[in-house]
Amino acid sequence: MLLDLFLTFMKIGFFTFGGGYAMISIIENNCVERKQWITHDEMMNVTVIAESTPGPIAINCATFVGYKQAGFPGAAAATFGIIVPSFAVIYIISMFLDHFLEITVITHAFQGIKIAVGILILKAGITMVKKMQKGTLSQMIMLCSFLAMLAINIFAWNFSSISLMLAAVIVSLFIFIAKDRQKQKGGAKR
Amino acid sequence: MIYLDLFLGFLHVGLFAFGGAYGAIPLIRDTVLSYGWLTDEALSYMIAVSESTPGPIMVNLATYVGSSQAGFPGAVLATLAVVLPSFVIILLVTATVTNLLKNRYMQAVLSGLKPCIIGIILATGVFMILNNALGLTKNFAYDGRSIFLTLLLGTIMFASKPVLKKQISPITLIIIAAFCGAFVYGI
Repeated sequence: MLLDLFLTFMKIGFFTFGGGYAMISIIENNCVERKQWITHDEMMNVTVIAESTPGPIAINCATFVGYKQAGFPGAAAATFGIIVPSFAVIYIISMFLDHFLEITVITHAFQGIKIAVGILILKAGITMVKKMQKGTLSQMIMLCSFLAMLAINIFAWNFSSISLMLAAVIVSLFIFIAKDRQKQKGGAKR
Repeated sequence: MIYLDLFLGFLHVGLFAFGGAYGAIPLIRDTVLSYGWLTDEALSYMIAVSESTPGPIMVNLATYVGSSQAGFPGAVLATLAVVLPSFVIILLVTATVTNLLKNRYMQAVLSGLKPCIIGIILATGVFMILNNALGLTKNFAYDGRSIFLTLLLGTIMFASKPVLKKQISPITLIIIAAFCGAFVYGI
């Protein structure tokens, strides 16, 4: 089991280009669909937790899945597995760094990978939308944060996604409490 | 003591790096510049390298700075330090979260957070695709080859399920993209 965790996350780690969101697709594909280590709901929860705790999403996900499967040793094995590829690649590159980005074939291949990464992120988002609980509130929040984030990216505004998440939490908590009050009032009248 | 500096410096980065790699770059920049580990120019070059190599940017930068400052032991130490905070925090959260998630108020918080994160992820994907294909941030300096590759890879990803009855795996897509990129941009 520990070896399986280690090897699976090593594979995931090796193909994680361009930051955390792209890896959500890969983790979903490997841990939810193939190995069935976690459910889609748990995957969604860990994404939320990963976003609201410090550190790279990749590390957070690996630790979570590993812990679920085999406790502390599992968490260590999965986290270790996901670090090894990037550690090895960077360590090798650091030995002859100056020329790495000058090799044209590599640059071209990475231009291609960059395009694939965008598509993978979109795919991860679409999968989540399909499995999201339907409701006016959540659809509104999703639409607003989508538009806001798109504008932030396009106009390169200095506004972090954390503030956006904070705003969403405040709005939904507010509405939740308001509804709660209303229910209590309604109950009292009867 | 360089080992201690590396460890504490990257522990600090790992502990306060919220919101993904790009959110963490200012923090990393502060740390490596104030210790004098990298110049601004070397840092931007390393960010470019990190983007094109597997793994989280933070881990990549930690490994690189560690190895350039103190060889292999430095690389190991810096990498462990940058990972340690998120590892410990996730362990603590996972151990307590099952009960916490059932709390009514926590449910309300999550019901706002989830769609927001989905929105952010969708926006990031859409923006990256548009930016790669049309050069949004480069004054629309677009390249026909990038548009072609975007359409090709997009078709492969989204048409594989209805046509082949089998979802193509993300890893396969990345490998196809690397070969197509080397070929298309090479000619």
